[in-house]
Amino acid sequence: MSVLLRASGLCQRYTTGKKLFGKPSTVTAVDGIDLEIHAGEIVGVVGESGSGKSTLARMLLGIETPAAGEVEWQGGPMPNPATPEWRALRRDMQLIFQDPLAALDRRMTVANQIAEPLEIHKMLPRDQISGRVAELMEKVGLRPDQADRYPLELSGGQRQRVVIARALAMSPKFLVCDEPVSALDVSIQAQVVNLLYDLQQEEDLTMVFISHDLKVVRNLCDRVVVMYLGRIVEEGPADEIFAKPLHPYTQALVSSVPQAGTGMKGRIVLQGEPPNPAARPSGCAFHPRCRFADAACKSQVPPLMRDNGRLAACLKLRTLPFQDEKQLTHA
Amino acid sequence: MSLVSIRDLKVSFDGVQVLHGIDFDVGKGEAVGLVGESGCGKSVTWLAALGLLPLKATVSGSVKFAGKELVNAPRTTLENVRGGRIAMIFQDPSSSLNPVQRVGKQLIESIRLHRGLNGAEARAEAVRLLDLVGIPSASTRIDLYPHEFSGGQCQRIMIAMALAGEPDLLIADEPTTALDATIQAQILDLLARIRAETGMAMVFISHDLGAVSAVCERAAVMYAGRVVEQNGIQGLFKNPRHPYTVGLFQAIPQLDGPRQRLQPIHGTVPDPRHPPAGCAFSPRCARASDFCTSVQPGLVRQDDGCDLACFNPSAHAIPAAYGSSAMISEYAR
Repeated sequence: MSVLLRASGLCQRYTTGKKLFGKPSTVTAVDGIDLEIHAGEIVGVVGESGSGKSTLARMLLGIETPAAGEVEWQGGPMPNPATPEWRALRRDMQLIFQDPLAALDRRMTVANQIAEPLEIHKMLPRDQISGRVAELMEKVGLRPDQADRYPLELSGGQRQRVVIARALAMSPKFLVCDEPVSALDVSIQAQVVNLLYDLQQEEDLTMVFISHDLKVVRNLCDRVVVMYLGRIVEEGPADEIFAKPLHPYTQALVSSVPQAGTGMKGRIVLQGEPPNPAARPSGCAFHPRCRFADAACKSQVPPLMRDNGRLAACLKLRTLPFQDEKQLTHA
Repeated sequence: MSLVSIRDLKVSFDGVQVLHGIDFDVGKGEAVGLVGESGCGKSVTWLAALGLLPLKATVSGSVKFAGKELVNAPRTTLENVRGGRIAMIFQDPSSSLNPVQRVGKQLIESIRLHRGLNGAEARAEAVRLLDLVGIPSASTRIDLYPHEFSGGQCQRIMIAMALAGEPDLLIADEPTTALDATIQAQILDLLARIRAETGMAMVFISHDLGAVSAVCERAAVMYAGRVVEQNGIQGLFKNPRHPYTVGLFQAIPQLDGPRQRLQPIHGTVPDPRHPPAGCAFSPRCARASDFCTSVQPGLVRQDDGCDLACFNPSAHAIPAAYGSSAMISEYAR
């Protein structure tokens, strides 16, 4: 598979909390990420809040300029934001957010919202737009009579369908979904996840799917990236990561998913809070919460290493007790 | 005798009925889950029981707490129960705490109100409660503001505050929904531990069936303002009967086994202003017959102790009250 997008050494820093006479503090949201995204695959990005998932997505789309490192799109460098080349690129990459009501204009009808990107990018002659809108609405499962509805008149799942139709209007190559189903109920969530999967197959989309819901990620994504405090701690095929997590953080994350009907037995409950990105622990950022950490973990930053075809960043990778799926979830 | 017994509780907002007669019991020291999608009335049930709904809501029916009637009860009765006997925690802890007051002051306020402690005694009790819910170095952090705590810690503080009145019943309304997966596991652990230590009853409202199964002994599934199925956790999870419960279980993606396409429930939750005739789930139900679309099924106790409101349940059971021979051929499809 060809590489659609390549990120190398990606860093992003934000300045926050400037006191009146004090020094501003910087928060490193994303800290040195290398990632290749191949055409036609679905990459899941998981991690707790503050782990830099959304910041990474914004840099992959070129909406934010990275503080260091670079993003290559189809072999060429990502153009600077707000240049004509960058604008032309918007057609090929689209973003779907968590809260559809916030992403939609409450005073525009569904049909107008979906037509707007077509008008802005002058993709079609004016008289063909309404036909394309009807086609898109059918594709995402909206009824023709909903074309004149306003977002407030729709349910949460239907609103997210409008957002998806609007993102697909340009026939993009690359779609980033940032927690697209987190705000939806379980039964509706499954509808939208299936829709995204079908569209990805039909339109040959490349997709980055950000979510904290591991169960959805596992069933949708081909490959999964686990982030902790701005760095990738583990990466690999979805099946393998969830069946046999290598990194202690991934192990805890997978085991913390409440499984219907199994109670609380055999779960790894992490001690401590997710760390503050402004005060990053030394060495391995996960060591204060890690069950296996020792002195070396406090001082050395573990690189992302390949072991048996899997990538994980942990100094104790070879000495960790083997955790199989059964032990983790059903013990 | 049950601690709380709700009978035929109905709520309507501006003439639109959202609760259609809820019957629900919570025993002493029992942990009960309340599951359902947004808008099904799981939170409204308890807000109505505690008299916390806005004035435009019309509440009828009966909510008895330890023999005392709470529906349309005078304010003084409610205020004795709220916080003192029944405490409630909500989804978003940061919006439940006052951002401009130190957490200690907020905690001491509820200790003073419900326990009558003052000064150093109240402060010592506040430190003890923060310790109990697992806030590290509680004696110094008691003087911090809510924004100086993380989301998980704010939820712990809310739990401490709810425990201040030594309640008999804790109502936890989606307490872990806004939290990260690893923190969610911590809070569920904490709730289970506190319940074991204090012996209080708990109602755990959530849309997450996994979380409910982790902390509850019994659970009720609600749909469109009605309880549609109620059973012990084991029975409910091993042998769900109502097609909606079955659909909910199937819609949850699995973390093991082969990767597969998710199985959604088709359609959407009905608009409470235009409820469908008959069973509210019938438009989305694959098992619905003509009978389902015309007659509303009641919640009927089954042989094995499961409460069910369905004419065409999955698996074996047929509601006893509707089991006439004429109907059985219909069910056998």
